Amino acid sequence: MTVGKLDGQAVLEAVQNAIIAHGAAKEELIPILSDVNRSLGYIPREAMDEISRQLRVPKSQLFSVASFYQMLSTRPLGKHVIHFCESAPCHVAGGRQVLQALQQAVNLKPGETSQDGQWSLLTTSCLGVCGVGPVMTVDEDIYGNITPGQIKEILARYQ
Amino acid sequence: MKYFRTHVLVCVDPQCLKKGAHEIIDSLQDELVAQGLIDEVQVLETSRIGGCDNGPEMMVYPEGVHYTGLTTDDIPFIVEEHFLKGRVAQKFVTPVKVFLDEELGAPKSKEIRVVLRNCGKIDPDNIEDYIAEDGYMALGKVLTESTPEGVIDTVARSGLRGRGGAGFPAAKKWALARAVNDYPKYLTCNADEGDPGAFMNRRVLEGDPHSVLEGMIIVAYAMGASHGYIYCRAEYPLAVKTMNIAIQQARQMGFLGHHILGSDFSFDCELRMGAGAFVCGEETALIASIEGRRGEPRPRPPFPAVKGLWGKPTNNNNVETFANIPQIILNGPEWFASMGTEKSKGTKTFALAGDVKHTGLIEVPLGITLRELVYDVGGGIKDDKGFKVAQIGGPMGGCMTTQYLDLKVDYESLAAAGGMMGSGGLVIMDDETCMVDIARYFMDFIQDESCGKCTPCRVGTRRLLDILNRICEGTGHDGDIETLEYLCKEIRTTSLCGLGQGAPNPVESTLKYFRDEYEAHIYEKRCPAKVCKALIRFEIEAEPCTGCTVCARNCPVNAITGERRKLHVIDPDICVRCGICMQVCNFNAIVIK
Repeated sequence: MTVGKLDGQAVLEAVQNAIIAHGAAKEELIPILSDVNRSLGYIPREAMDEISRQLRVPKSQLFSVASFYQMLSTRPLGKHVIHFCESAPCHVAGGRQVLQALQQAVNLKPGETSQDGQWSLLTTSCLGVCGVGPVMTVDEDIYGNITPGQIKEILARYQ
Repeated sequence: MKYFRTHVLVCVDPQCLKKGAHEIIDSLQDELVAQGLIDEVQVLETSRIGGCDNGPEMMVYPEGVHYTGLTTDDIPFIVEEHFLKGRVAQKFVTPVKVFLDEELGAPKSKEIRVVLRNCGKIDPDNIEDYIAEDGYMALGKVLTESTPEGVIDTVARSGLRGRGGAGFPAAKKWALARAVNDYPKYLTCNADEGDPGAFMNRRVLEGDPHSVLEGMIIVAYAMGASHGYIYCRAEYPLAVKTMNIAIQQARQMGFLGHHILGSDFSFDCELRMGAGAFVCGEETALIASIEGRRGEPRPRPPFPAVKGLWGKPTNNNNVETFANIPQIILNGPEWFASMGTEKSKGTKTFALAGDVKHTGLIEVPLGITLRELVYDVGGGIKDDKGFKVAQIGGPMGGCMTTQYLDLKVDYESLAAAGGMMGSGGLVIMDDETCMVDIARYFMDFIQDESCGKCTPCRVGTRRLLDILNRICEGTGHDGDIETLEYLCKEIRTTSLCGLGQGAPNPVESTLKYFRDEYEAHIYEKRCPAKVCKALIRFEIEAEPCTGCTVCARNCPVNAITGERRKLHVIDPDICVRCGICMQVCNFNAIVIK
């Protein structure tokens, strides 16, 4: 995950790598966007321009796809991204209190990114590990059976 | 034939080869000759045993001893100690890795594992493990002994119905796609398991990917498809990785590609990863997403069997449906039909979640009662509280109350009771659950995941959610219940796809059985289950409180005051009802009023 201004070269490189990996075909649009999203943390406007040019796909269509899928972001995200599972099994297992503690700890509402670019708090659909709910992920790490009291300690690992 | 008293199997997997497996074999041969044992001990090459990370490795039979981390310098010692003197060289012994599946565990009572039979038993990243469990035998049988029509007939006789939720007879769907005279034809595997609380497909993809792949190849043969896609959600990174390895291995072995197993049949498939959209589990949305567009459903007809992927005939089945097929071919349709009820055959996997003692993945014969599921398989309700509701069939499913505990879990009985099978999410809730809150919860999910294409679903679910939010916040008013009922009816009858049509289910089903809870929220401003924050208050009871100050120190908003060793008090105006005080109190002095 990256914050701040990306230089144009990095953006072009990310787009180029994705297109080389999947081929410049319309049906590869989602894999290409996913790759760019993964390497840059989000899909900047410049990347969309370049993809549009190379794939010969109108920008409007690109934006409609990029804004439709939850995992593709058109806005920059924080240095660390927290995904909190908001599905029923986690909710029943006490997820609401955990989410509340989480919101207080980072002082964000779901969907927001902190001013200093440190955190993004997002909710996610079921991660399929309901046996150990409530569940959240911080960047690539997954945490299960969390209680409100553990939030501070978990977040401290990323500071 | 020559007999040997000892067999030494040395792993020649690329990883072990790189670490010098061939040198180990040469050294073994030399040393055995030197010790005069070459006629008694046989050295064989084998594929990986499971210790390649610490290779080279070898297995010695009949003892079944597994040695790893060997160098050629160790060989004289092992040959002398073990093969000559008969003493196991302990310092090289490593237990054989058993692929224990902690999530799955041993079968619980009343479980029958068909789809999950290999999960946790075999190495999912090794095709040979699958082949050793009769893997790809069904494919061989089909390609050499059966016509495509024969496969369709066999599966039709087994009574297998689509495991994605709707329960359409699988063979009928293939016959429809087969009958269309338009080529090429496509096959898609729906691995976009998005229902909250459902993770059966993830387990199969991660634990036994080849069973899905083999099922797909057989279906492709039956319907005449030349290319397939596995559409897997991006929330399952491990499943994506495992499946990609499986596809690659199957290609290397000739199970995918041109002229499969020397026959005239060619088929290849690839994995497509989603990007986080629940609606993509709907088949027309799934197709749109594979084509690189927004995953929005479109009206049917034309059905995908006629015009699907890129306008060509397409058949779409769920992961579990595919995983059943090799077993049906191998064991015969009669075997499959012997499990289940008259119209619902075979087994079904469920993800048991919520307030039961044993949560996790289960596979049971269809027709089992809800009571057996909750109390025998699930071990009963946690903390010995009472059973309140089983939410079956995912977010659009229905609530099964105590009166349905003896209901048979099959397609017909569930539909008759106002629920649905769904893909297999089963959330059990105890008697401390607020049903209005649950309805609001599911509506929040549905609202969030509504793709936005048609108005009844996009706007209607938003209105439903607004009203439910209001009720939970204590500002519900007279007429809300009637508005909810009206909206539900409209959304159900006018939405474009199954997701929209099923969207009112959580509200309708909770209203049907728990209308009194709605009324308590609206008219008495009271949450009977003491869940809805705006309608409850935390209080400290005088008697158990010791004035230890733990609650006051842990309160995030400093709502608790009181001197040490004296009764503490919570200010309800400051309190945010987070419940932390209740968790940290060692004397159970904090209660919800």
